[in-house]
Amino acid sequence: MKRTFLILASNPMSLIGLILIGVVVFSAVFADFIAPFPEHRGAVVDFTNFNQPPHWPNIFGTDLVGRDLFSRILYAYRISLMLGVVVLAIAVPIGVTIGLAAGYLGGWVDFVLMRLTDVFLSIPPLVLAMAIMGVLEPTLTNGMLAVTAMWWPWYARLVYNVTRSEAQEGYVLAAQIIGASRLHIMFMEILPNCVPSVVTKMTLDLGFVILIASSLSFLGLGVQAPTPDLGSMVAEGGNYLPDSWWLTVFPSLAILIAVFGFNLVGDALRQVLGSDQ
Amino acid sequence: MTALLDIRDLTLSFRGFEGENRVLHGISLNVARGEKVALVGESGSGKSVTARIILGLLQEQRSTRVSGAVEFDGRDLEAMPAKARHRLRGTDISMIFQDPTSSLNPVYPIDVQFHEVLKRRDPKITRAAARERASEALRDVSIEDAKRVLDSYSFQLSGGMNQRVMIAMALANEPKLLIADEPGTALDVTVQAQTLHLMRDLVERKHTSVLFISHNLGVVREFADRVYVIYKGNIVEEGPTHALFSDPGHAYTRALMAAVPKITGGGIPEIPDRSESFSEPIVVHPATEASS
Amino acid sequence: MSPVVRLLAKRLSISVIVLIGVSMLIFMIARVIPGDPARIALGPNATAEQVEQLRQKLHLEDPVWVQYGYFVRNLAHGDLGISLYTNRPVTTDIAQFLPATLELVFVAGVFMVGLGIPLGILSARYRGRMADSLIRVVSLLGVSAPSFVWAVILMLLFAFFLPLFPIAGQISDTIPTPHRVTGFLLVDSLLDGDFKAFFNALHHIILPAFALALSGIGQAARLTRANMVETYDKPYIEMAESYGFAPRRIANKFAFRPSLIPSLTIIGLDFAAMLGNAFLVEAVFAWPGLSRYGVQVILRKDLNAIVGTVLVISAMFLIVNIIVDLLIAYINPRIRLANSGGRS
Repeated sequence: MKRTFLILASNPMSLIGLILIGVVVFSAVFADFIAPFPEHRGAVVDFTNFNQPPHWPNIFGTDLVGRDLFSRILYAYRISLMLGVVVLAIAVPIGVTIGLAAGYLGGWVDFVLMRLTDVFLSIPPLVLAMAIMGVLEPTLTNGMLAVTAMWWPWYARLVYNVTRSEAQEGYVLAAQIIGASRLHIMFMEILPNCVPSVVTKMTLDLGFVILIASSLSFLGLGVQAPTPDLGSMVAEGGNYLPDSWWLTVFPSLAILIAVFGFNLVGDALRQVLGSDQ
Repeated sequence: MTALLDIRDLTLSFRGFEGENRVLHGISLNVARGEKVALVGESGSGKSVTARIILGLLQEQRSTRVSGAVEFDGRDLEAMPAKARHRLRGTDISMIFQDPTSSLNPVYPIDVQFHEVLKRRDPKITRAAARERASEALRDVSIEDAKRVLDSYSFQLSGGMNQRVMIAMALANEPKLLIADEPGTALDVTVQAQTLHLMRDLVERKHTSVLFISHNLGVVREFADRVYVIYKGNIVEEGPTHALFSDPGHAYTRALMAAVPKITGGGIPEIPDRSESFSEPIVVHPATEASS
Repeated sequence: MSPVVRLLAKRLSISVIVLIGVSMLIFMIARVIPGDPARIALGPNATAEQVEQLRQKLHLEDPVWVQYGYFVRNLAHGDLGISLYTNRPVTTDIAQFLPATLELVFVAGVFMVGLGIPLGILSARYRGRMADSLIRVVSLLGVSAPSFVWAVILMLLFAFFLPLFPIAGQISDTIPTPHRVTGFLLVDSLLDGDFKAFFNALHHIILPAFALALSGIGQAARLTRANMVETYDKPYIEMAESYGFAPRRIANKFAFRPSLIPSLTIIGLDFAAMLGNAFLVEAVFAWPGLSRYGVQVILRKDLNAIVGTVLVISAMFLIVNIIVDLLIAYINPRIRLANSGGRS
């Protein structure tokens, strides 16, 4: 663990990634202290200072109702990160269990579970999430639910493939010969070998969950006003291009920076842990 | 007569995280025209990297440092521009690998690969002409249904068949030097012997020089005119095959010979990982009439 | 039966199973909808009687599986029901909006393959050097933003700041729209022999297609590179190098083709994922595709339209995957020749 971290810190690209993630996480956690106008995360209106280009003290400018964009971006990070963590915390265990079961037990379990996975994978990710959001009320919780529903199949597929190849290995055979139970073999023998690829994918996915969630709210199907959200900020500002450019450019860059950070680190992790898929 | 290949005081080191790691400590060897010379040693002794230096493959990597002289056909390869050295590959120098099946591209049929090889000598050769030439080359290695083989993919052919294809490819451009790196080690013993006989007959007929790299003394004894024994990046003994085999002078050579499993039983003796005696100076057997 | 036909048959039958699964899934999602779809459709001013009538018409009184039965029966007749939003058959709506979306996705796919794969080849050929590092950073950036972010950035840079491309739409208002034959403007204008309309439409599609393609380009470049770097370690590439094949030829042919086989499946998935991401780009560029319709029917809880749209997009997705599988079978002789000659 420490060794992995040291390797990551010694490579310039992944070091930049670590720094970007650090900045994003720091600003999300300490938004209350960093944000110059913490109250602007809610429904505040200040018509004396609306739609202003970047100036002191609103370094990213103000939005259409006079709220400080910089403060709102910090709070948006908080929500995005929380969403990412929750989605993965639910989707990964589900996907991993299904992948393990299908890959190791084989037979009809394999057929049913993997066809189910195929069904979810044959709806373009964004469209599935949109459909779910469509029938549910657009709230943060439902947004998490929608993104989780589209996310677990990828882990099922990944773990399924690893399990299928690991099940042929000598150590699994050895465990079978000494009479270990199927549950033991699945979770104690095979699962640890899936960890590197799952961890790598999780790092990359934290970025992608943020990306998809912002896409949903960009379409108006995600987090609703007045909760600050990067996607809906871009959507709102898009109508005022190019004059009020700051309304879209800063939230856009905020998404790019966060996702790029997770990708840089995930990419480096993939090399260090040697789990190229 | 000057040697076709003359290597003098060749050193090789890899640059790594913990400084330089020297792999070859100044080896010298030569191959005369039409001569079959074996370089024998265990894995990691530096025999395969020597082959890759002759072809100029290792020098292209930035983590390697090579010094010493490699003279081929009277020209110093190290002093040659990269382009000129590249021109020798596949034309005057060619190579045969350990595992013929994985050395052939799995997504192209044999004739496409043969065409590419023949283009090295004759860049404008048409596909039809190349097929004609390839069929001839395949007949030289006793492949009668050349048409079927040329239309096949490597995974459709047996290992022995692929090995014959590799031999035919290696000799198709009439190279002056053939480097055989553990040829056919991945094959069954009988198939390996069969293809080696084919190769020997063919190089003798074409008067091709061979640098034969192997860890298998039995094979070397049958194939080579002269032998170099390499141990941890140093040549420890050299001489004509029969002289070296009848009177191995170096402690390492003796250990290596004792390690050849015999059908009479008695198990495989251990070669110690490190032994003072293995670092003794080189033993050179004088050349005899037969091998000069 | 030839192996490729057998593969096609197998893939088609699996796809049918999957499509049935998709329809059940979507149908289930659509039926957990809170509130009364009939009431939502008719609005607050409708009488209870009108709502009741519509409920009867939509079979909303029956159990879910009976409703699904009606749905499948109608589907077999090519009937996806009436959209409550437009009051037209869903199939008519989709037929109107889908071509513009597909056109955008196809052009983006051309960008993705035409730029992403060559970049990946270059990166692999010069692995460890400057060009490689540069391509890797750029392609990682490409996958690091949703396509609406790229759409906004590209629009700002190349439509507002440097007015090289039109800001929005599919074709200029001043140009008469070509006769609708395929629904693809680029094709229809050519069929009309109207080159002015063709180039105008081409001019309009470049920026949105590129925005849509950017993450695909990055993904294709990364995948191609990763698989090729692995291939470069194979004995047959060492063989090619020691026989002095030209480095360029090794990169473009002997190392590229074997590594394309594992890349292609994922590139196909990414291509298909653009069907979803097109929604984002269309919204930015006011592209007259399925996006606005899709978002509107979702916001209005228009069940038939939601189910129909998702089903059609999933069918497209499956078709793309089948095509990719056939391509792989064509490139990979091991599949193509599976039952002739030995295997090893």
